[in-house]
This record gives sequence, C-alpha cells and structure tokens, in this order.
Amino acid sequence: MFIIKMKGKIMSGNKKTFLKNSFSYIILTIFGIFMIAPFVWMISTSLKSQLEVNKGHTGFIPIEQYLSYDDGKTVWRVSKVMIKGDSTVVNLIDDTGKIVYPFHTINSTQLKEIKRIKLHFLNFKRVFEKVPFARYLFNTLLVAFTTLFGVLITSALAAYAFARMRFKGRDFLFYFFISMMMVPQPIYLVPSYVLLNYFGWINTYQALIIPWIANIFTIFLLRQHFKTIPQDLIDAAAIDGCSRFKTLFQIILPLSKPVIATASVFSVISSWNSFMWPLIMTNDPELRVLQVGLSYFSQESSSQTTLLMAASTFTIIPLVILFLFAQKSIMASYTSSGMKE
Amino acid sequence: MFKKLSPWIYVLPAVIIVVLFRFIPIILSFIISFFEWDITGIGKFIGFENYVSLTLDKEFWISMLNTFYLVIFVVPLTICFSLFFAVFLNHIKLFKSFFRLIYFIPFVTSLVALSIVWKIIFNEQTGLANAFLDIFGIIPLRWLNESKGIFTLLFENFGINVPNSIGGPSLALFAIIIVTVWRSIGYNTIIYLAGLQSIPESYYEAAEIDGANKIKQFFKLTLPLISPTTFYVLMMTTITTFQVFSQVYLMTGPPIGGPAGTTKVIVYYIFENGFGEAQNLSYASAIALVLFIIILGLTLIQKRMEKNVHY
Repeated sequence: MFIIKMKGKIMSGNKKTFLKNSFSYIILTIFGIFMIAPFVWMISTSLKSQLEVNKGHTGFIPIEQYLSYDDGKTVWRVSKVMIKGDSTVVNLIDDTGKIVYPFHTINSTQLKEIKRIKLHFLNFKRVFEKVPFARYLFNTLLVAFTTLFGVLITSALAAYAFARMRFKGRDFLFYFFISMMMVPQPIYLVPSYVLLNYFGWINTYQALIIPWIANIFTIFLLRQHFKTIPQDLIDAAAIDGCSRFKTLFQIILPLSKPVIATASVFSVISSWNSFMWPLIMTNDPELRVLQVGLSYFSQESSSQTTLLMAASTFTIIPLVILFLFAQKSIMASYTSSGMKE
Repeated sequence: MFKKLSPWIYVLPAVIIVVLFRFIPIILSFIISFFEWDITGIGKFIGFENYVSLTLDKEFWISMLNTFYLVIFVVPLTICFSLFFAVFLNHIKLFKSFFRLIYFIPFVTSLVALSIVWKIIFNEQTGLANAFLDIFGIIPLRWLNESKGIFTLLFENFGINVPNSIGGPSLALFAIIIVTVWRSIGYNTIIYLAGLQSIPESYYEAAEIDGANKIKQFFKLTLPLISPTTFYVLMMTTITTFQVFSQVYLMTGPPIGGPAGTTKVIVYYIFENGFGEAQNLSYASAIALVLFIIILGLTLIQKRMEKNVHY
C-alpha cells in the first residue's frame, strides 16, 4: 500500500517537473523574443524601402504596399495629385523616393495596387556607395589584427614569467597589474590624449594600436593556463637543452591553443567594438574605424533609417558569427574576468 | 646576472605599455587638473580652482543627478531580470545553451550599432516602440525628445501635476535606461547561472520535504544563498553604469546631450568639456578624477566585502 502511494507521488512529481519546465520554456521564449527583437527588426528594416518606413510601416516583415503604374519600361511608384474624370494626375516616383516625372496624366485604370514582400538588398550596396565603409572596415581589421598580434606576444611572454619564474618584485608587479586593470577607461581618456599629443600620435594608427598591445586580462588568462602545464614537461625540455624562450614557443604555446584562441576572439571583439578611444584619438576621416564611421554616418543621415540599419547589420553580423564560433569559452572568460566592455 | 634579469625581460614589453598608457596617465590626470591646460599644452598653475568651480557648476550637478538616475534604475532592473532569467535557465536542460546565447548576444555586439538601432526603435513616427504601445492603445510617446520626467508623465494621465524637480529621469533618459538594462542582462544572467549552479540540489530536496513551495524556496533559500553573486552584480553594474557614454552620445547627443540636457551623464560631460567645443582638458580631467574617486570607492568596498562573504 505504502509503496504504491510512493509510486504515485514520484509519478506526479515527474509530471510536475515536466509542467514546470514547460512553464520555464514559455517564459524564456517570451523574454527571449524581446531580447532578440531589436536584432530581427534591424535586419528587417535594413531590407525595407525607405518610402515604406517613412509611411510608418513598422512591421517585422518587409511588406510594401503602393499604387503603381507600368509605362512598359519601368514600374513606377505613384502618388496621386488629383483625379480628372477618367484620368488621374500623378507624380511618378522611383525606388529611392525621388519624384522623376511630376504631374503625369494617366488613365485611372492603369493604376494598380501592389502589395508584396520585397527585400531591398540594394540598401547594403547604397551604404557602401554613400560612405567609405570598405575603408572603415580595412582600418578596423588593421587595428584589430595588429593589436591582436601585439597582445599575444606581450601576454605570452609576461604570462610565462608570472606562471613559471620566480623573481624579485613578481608579486608586486602582479598586484600592480591587477590594480591597473580596475581603472576604468573614462579616467585615462584626457591624460592619454595629452600624452599621445605629446608623442605626435594623434591621428595615427599607432594611437589606436600601441596603447592596447598589452592586455592585462589576457596575461592572467594565459598565466592561469600555463600554470596547469606539468612541470615535468618543462624540466624534460630543459634537460634536452631547450632554452626558456624555446620552451615557451615550442612546448607551452602549442599546448595552449584553445586558450589562445579564446584570448584572440576576446581581443578582436574588443578592438572591433572600441568606440570612445578612436573617436577621441583620431579625427581624420581616412582613419575612421567602423564604429566611428558608423557614428558619423548616423549623425549625417539620421533620416535614412534603412541605410543606417543596413550599416548597423553590417557592423554587427561578422562579430556575432565570430562569437558563435567561440561562444562557450568566451562566455566563461567574460564572466570570470569580471570586466565589461 | 643574466639569469636574474631574464624574467624581467619577459615581462618588460607588458610593463612598458601598462606603465606608459595606464599608470602614467593616472598621475598625469592629477597634474592636468591643477594646471591650465588646453590643446596647445600646459598653462599656469591654478591649484584647486577646477574643483571649486565644479561645486558651483550647475551642469556638473545635473550630469551627476542624471548618472544617479541611471544607476538607481539600471542596477535593480538588471539584477531582477538577470536573476529571473537565470532561475528559469537553471531549471531546463534542453536548449539551455541556445537561450543563454540569445540573452548574451546583445552584450558582445557593438554598442554603437545597437544605439543606432534603438534610436530608430524610439523614433516617434516610424519606430517600433510606439507601434508596440499602440497595440495596448497607449498614445505615442516622444521618447528621446521628451524632457519631462517619467513620474510627471505618468501622473499627468490622472490629472496630477508633478513638478519636474521630483519628476524622475526624463523619458529620454529612461529610454537609455532600457537600452542599458537590455544590454547588461545577458552578462549578468550568466554570472547568476554560475552562482545558482553552486547551490547544492540537496538543499532544495530538503526544502521540498519540509513542504516549502517553489516561491518560498526562492525567497528563503535561493535568494539568501545567491546573495554574494547579487552583491557582485550590484557593484559591477553600478561601476559600469557610471561609465555609460556611447548610448547617450549616439541616441541623444550631440550637440546638447538630450532634450534640455536631461540625458547628459558624467562621462558625456567629461567628453563635452575635454573634446567638445570648449577643449578644456584641465576641467575635463578634474571631472574624470571625481568619477575616479567614486569608482575607486565602489571597487574597494566590493573587494573588501568579497573577502568577508562566505559561500
């Protein structure tokens, strides 16, 4: 009797778990939609025509609805001016919203209501025509990868010393680095500007790269990993006549590929997203990185919402893809670092 | 001799960069704030003049108030949402990493692009925000152009007139709050999730046997046990919220920093003074140091408390 009762309890318990979980899924999905909606809307708006957006079509699907007139060569958008009996006076408008033929008189029966889904991929092309996005992209990639190269070298060397060597002042240096990591960026913007100005580096690539080629967080990340490599392995290398330097590059680094990959993605993400620093340290349009270029573009053509959305999509997508590749380790290191931005 | 020096050779490149571009700037910023200093270089010694002017600078206090509003709204909202999501995420197994990913993506994407997207979302005529409100029959709001406080706006509906001085953050600033919370949820959800996973399952089993329902379990068990994480999230979010800049710069500034200056936050004010038309690097440096003291204080409190907290 008792056993049966227990069984019943367990059964209902399982059922409860299932119900509770489905509740969790519903909640998570609803809020997940809210979290992701801005991205979806961004992509959908980037594919709409500006005319539809201006009409107040805020939907998630790029539907367009307009009166059209086919003159045999082109299908025009049409805005009615007035109706005169059987014929209508219209303005013929092209895709960008420009009135090409004003006050064109046509037969009313030739007007056709069009409602369809159309994706204006042309928006992306127009962004590249309007602003030198290719140049911005080049600058960003140049800065990101040169910085990455520097970060990996300085971090590997320093992390090796911190993890595997004993020397006077090591602990002091370690705490010094930690305390420097806690200083937030807005604090050193003004003095860095003064310093870089003194070096004559304002409006140069150096200003965007050199101050960032040592990343304290990466040093710690690598140090943690280097510590896990067995000492026997390093001793064996030493017995074989491997110098410390050689040991680092031939034994330790090859064993640290995953953590180096994580650090690299991390570094590229922060270079790619960096905004305030390049905004202040450069004002030459030729030196604009993506974020700065995007910012100027948004100020110059704030009414071109579809183009702005296309540019934003273009800025976001490569990084999301990069992030997807390394998401697990990246999330873990973001959360362990205790640092943001 | 070489053996003794050799470790230093390994750390030297990193040390040079850190000293040159982290340590020296901090020292330099103190010096700059005590001298007249513009783009051409150092001027005459002015002592504490900048700091005295700061106490009398109305705009400075407004930007402090705006930053305070930002913190006071962003921090609790972030904590609530993150913990909420983490609790649900902790329950499920299937699609767990998928949901984690969805919540996390805003955090890794460019703040510039996101701010532009949100600016368009908050557009009065063509934006998604008003279209969404329209579903519930709420009249369109002016969002980023609205300088009235949110409490003023709220009570206007009931015919109660709340003066602007106690009207709370402007609706424009509130829009910035929404964006900031939205972006920081993912990061903190992951932090909370790690915290929740460290609570032994047996505690919940014991609570279940004692007849505590889920809600009681949450308030009597989860919440106290997760409090170290909450403290960490509280402090970290406060520290980062003090540094908000890009959202404000892209969504509401320049030239004025929001409708009637109601979204001007402290870092924006530093930027405006140092790198705007004024180009007063000395004054900007003084403001930055005030911010530094605040953040340093918060960091020290956090480190001190972290040591006292036992898991």
